[in-house]
Amino acid sequence: MTNLFNYIDRPSPIHRLTGASKLFCLILWSLAAMSGFHTPLLIALTLASVMLFKLSKIRVKDISFMLGATMIFLVLNNLLIYLFSPEHGVEIYGSRTVLLEGFGRYTLTAEQLFYHLNVVLKYTCTIPIVLLFVCTTDPSEFAASLNRVGVSYRISYAVALALRYIPDIQREYHDIALAQQARGVEMSKKARLTDRLRSVSKILIPLILSSMERIDTISNAMELRGFGKNPKRSWYSGRPFTRGDMAAMAVCVALMVLSLLLTVLNGSRFFNPFI
Amino acid sequence: MKKFSVKTIVAIGIGAALFFVLGRFVSIPSPVPNTTINVQYGLLAFMAVVYGPIAGALIGLIGHALIDFSFGWGIWWSWVLASAAFGALMGIAGTTRKLRNEIGKETILPFNVSQVICHILAWGAIAPALDIAIYQEPMEKLFAQGLMAGVGNAVTTAIVGTLLCVAYAAAKPKAGSLNKED
Repeated sequence: MTNLFNYIDRPSPIHRLTGASKLFCLILWSLAAMSGFHTPLLIALTLASVMLFKLSKIRVKDISFMLGATMIFLVLNNLLIYLFSPEHGVEIYGSRTVLLEGFGRYTLTAEQLFYHLNVVLKYTCTIPIVLLFVCTTDPSEFAASLNRVGVSYRISYAVALALRYIPDIQREYHDIALAQQARGVEMSKKARLTDRLRSVSKILIPLILSSMERIDTISNAMELRGFGKNPKRSWYSGRPFTRGDMAAMAVCVALMVLSLLLTVLNGSRFFNPFI
Repeated sequence: MKKFSVKTIVAIGIGAALFFVLGRFVSIPSPVPNTTINVQYGLLAFMAVVYGPIAGALIGLIGHALIDFSFGWGIWWSWVLASAAFGALMGIAGTTRKLRNEIGKETILPFNVSQVICHILAWGAIAPALDIAIYQEPMEKLFAQGLMAGVGNAVTTAIVGTLLCVAYAAAKPKAGSLNKED
């Protein structure tokens, strides 16, 4: 229960970076990956992210569960795209090279395969970075980092509160569920779907009403301590930037600029090998 | 930046924690494989009506982003933003339709009409539009997905959200509910 976000504490250069610079890099990295379909850049980003992963000393074993779940989504997503629109690549790239005649409209074209490759690359170049961020950033440092990258400290504090109260609410949910089960509310697979929905509400109502009382208590306590009075606040787990942080952020800014430049120079968001 | 009240900040924090716990651990498998029924949207609709659009948007945003991070796929930003949009829209509906102060049995109908409209907007328009912008995925697929998610979420919101509103109204003492004894 304590390690919900899979933070793994190991000495590595990535762990030594502050949470703020990692968050900044994560945002820029995903923006660079999202903004274009420039295949060589996406391949380079994928390779780079795998190398960074090696550097962080996080083993594949540590994240195999998360990786597996993500892969299932990736495969399903691609299947759905093909099922709904087998000629999507042809529309985007404006040419049609049939590789294999299939049934009805389900032919296999080089353009479609290339489009799928791009979609997969888009995911593969961000997934390692997201996992890296999750595994190497202490959740309690996360809120301080949000404030550092420019989010108002009030909202950052809301995130800190959420992280702080997730275990409490989880425990309370469990307690209420056991109490309701003792009263004969059926929640296992044996019950029908509608019955299970209704029994879930029997847990939710006490849980949410007691949470609303909790909101009152906490906000009174915060108000008494003068929360929100000053324009700034300090953070217990905040750390000053080091040279490594600066370097990492500079690299990510450069990546973002490169991605935008490629889009502008190329004249479109798509890298097209079929012309 | 506009100053929030301390209560709104705490409501965002606790709301996001609730959203996270419900979304991460309370999953009811649906008949359709690989999709679960998302109970957390009933909570989001209710919290947005009670605490307003900013709280609704941020509960959706933070709660959904934390769920994605804990699973390790922090990349479906389009859906995270759609959750935030649903919270915001629901909060606006709560403010303009004056649901907030007289939440209870009489507002079940307007509450459900607004939540269905907000779900349609969030999953039928905002999520697919963002997916097209980011991933250029085919429209048909996105709208089919959005439709499935939207209908599922609207049904659970109707059941869970309505029950919550009624329970909340019963638990909250109303103004003028005290009678002078003879």
